[in-house]
Amino acid sequence: MSTRTGHPNDGAHDDEAVCETRELVKTYPAARGRRGAPATPAVRATDDITLTVRRGEIFGLLGPNGAGKSTLVRQLTGLMRPDSGSVRILGHDIVRHPERASRLLAYLGQESTALDELTVALAAETTGRLRGLDLRAARAERDDVLDELGLAPIAGRPLKKLSGGQRRLACFAAALVGERPLLVLDEPTTGMDPVARRAVWAAVDRRRAERGTTVLLVTHNVIEAETVLDRVAVLEQGRVIACDTPSGLKSAVAGEVRLDLVWRDSAPLDVPEVAALHAAAEETGRRWTLRLAPDEARAAVAAVTGGEAFAALDDFTLATPSLEDVYLALGGRTKGLVKV
Amino acid sequence: MTVYETGAVAGAGRAPEPAAAGAEAPLAPTARLLPALGAVYRAQLSRARVARIPLLFVATFQSVGIMVLMRGVVDGGQEARAVVAGSSVLVVAFVALNLLAQYFGQLRAQGGLDHYATLPVPPAAVVLGAAGAYASFTVPGTLVTAVVGSLLFGLPLTHVWVLVAVIPLAGAALAGLGAALGLLAPRPELATLLGQLGMSAALLLGVLPAERMPLLLQYARDLLPSTYGVEAFARTFDAHPDWTAVGLDLAVCAGVGVLSLAVATWAYRRAAVR
Repeated sequence: MSTRTGHPNDGAHDDEAVCETRELVKTYPAARGRRGAPATPAVRATDDITLTVRRGEIFGLLGPNGAGKSTLVRQLTGLMRPDSGSVRILGHDIVRHPERASRLLAYLGQESTALDELTVALAAETTGRLRGLDLRAARAERDDVLDELGLAPIAGRPLKKLSGGQRRLACFAAALVGERPLLVLDEPTTGMDPVARRAVWAAVDRRRAERGTTVLLVTHNVIEAETVLDRVAVLEQGRVIACDTPSGLKSAVAGEVRLDLVWRDSAPLDVPEVAALHAAAEETGRRWTLRLAPDEARAAVAAVTGGEAFAALDDFTLATPSLEDVYLALGGRTKGLVKV
Repeated sequence: MTVYETGAVAGAGRAPEPAAAGAEAPLAPTARLLPALGAVYRAQLSRARVARIPLLFVATFQSVGIMVLMRGVVDGGQEARAVVAGSSVLVVAFVALNLLAQYFGQLRAQGGLDHYATLPVPPAAVVLGAAGAYASFTVPGTLVTAVVGSLLFGLPLTHVWVLVAVIPLAGAALAGLGAALGLLAPRPELATLLGQLGMSAALLLGVLPAERMPLLLQYARDLLPSTYGVEAFARTFDAHPDWTAVGLDLAVCAGVGVLSLAVATWAYRRAAVR
């Protein structure tokens, strides 16, 4: 495992802030109970968030559903006014001038309702025109982006008739037409197959290399966060509980390894070594997940791969910590992160 | 909760000075009103091919059906004109008021407005583009209803061209109303309900001959913008239409259209940023 803790851009002296938030707070008011809906207390969806995203970074917001990722992003894109705190995008005060956000960044939200009944080509072209391009420029960029993402063969089909992943890719295409220095992508790869995912990250990398594009990415996918992000802020109940490079975060829990055991039918609890592990295991169906010190893990593997226990074992994996382990070690309470 | 920080926590650790006013990056240009309006209009019109054609048939059949029914009750003259004009404008009410209210209600509820709100597009372009497209959807149905009705009741087709003015002006008034209802309704079901009620009102108050209504309903009829489109069209079945009265009726439609589209634009702005 890498123990790199420095920022990838540290050597480049390219620390220009693209997006800064200072002490950002947003509280959803308490809702009174109505028929069929219980009362909900006031929720601090964004609780004193201070972050800086630098030029050329792929910066991630990682957290389970309800952690406040989308609420934070809505405040950065001018869609929601914070109760207090400041948001600056490329030097512009977005709290005071929310309408400027649309001229500085491209936003891919989770919803595609506005584009659903358009064809892929028209969705991209119309979005480009509404981003201020003239007809010729919008069509040229549309063709380039659809080719780049491999969408040209389905350009004439309405989004509604596409699979979830293809529809998501078409919305991503629309976000790229009419270039912006900052891309804000809210779970862009949801439902995509590996080919489409690769197309998304290749397109992002190309823009970063050629134009220094900055990306702010919302995700609850741990694997994606580890592979594509330069830095990641981990969110839990509206607060940033950690912010570093993925490897820097993982070094904090370097003393642990994760052991996953999958039993054929049920765990052989009559084997004393297995019974001893049971107390520490987190059970999901036939799967046990254990977080152990390396020597404990070696002993556990030796115990379950010998004799009676091995006969009952279907599969096992021993792995270094993932960002999910980091999240749990930091006090994350929800087990809502995706590991695909 | 403890906040874990390594030395590399740049965001939280070394806070750079907020950028001075001079350090603001240049803003990309905004979309201008007319090109943006054209782009929204074209996109909305294309939706018809995917989703709206069956509904347009429903709108037309409904109006033709009503005229066939009324054929047994009404025997020509003033009342027949009211039935044909009312049924024709009902198509406009069905599509521009009812369907547009539903569309904006759903768009708002499902977060679809975020798409437009994060693009540098004037709010008026979004509202006018959608309203214009929905008004355009009504053209074939209104024409078919007017021609079929005139043949059915033996009315002259001489001045049917007046629909060129009636459809856009009644369309503006009703689409503006529909957009405003859809964007102001707190829940999408309410937007649907208001759109349906508006259409029912246009049906009952527009198609049924006004002379037979109780006084209260006649006042309600005067408050409904579609009434003026109906009256304008009905007047043109005369051999020598009173063009001043037609013009006045259409001017009311235009006035309501400007007002309701302005309200809808304001409602859009309000709905887009929460």
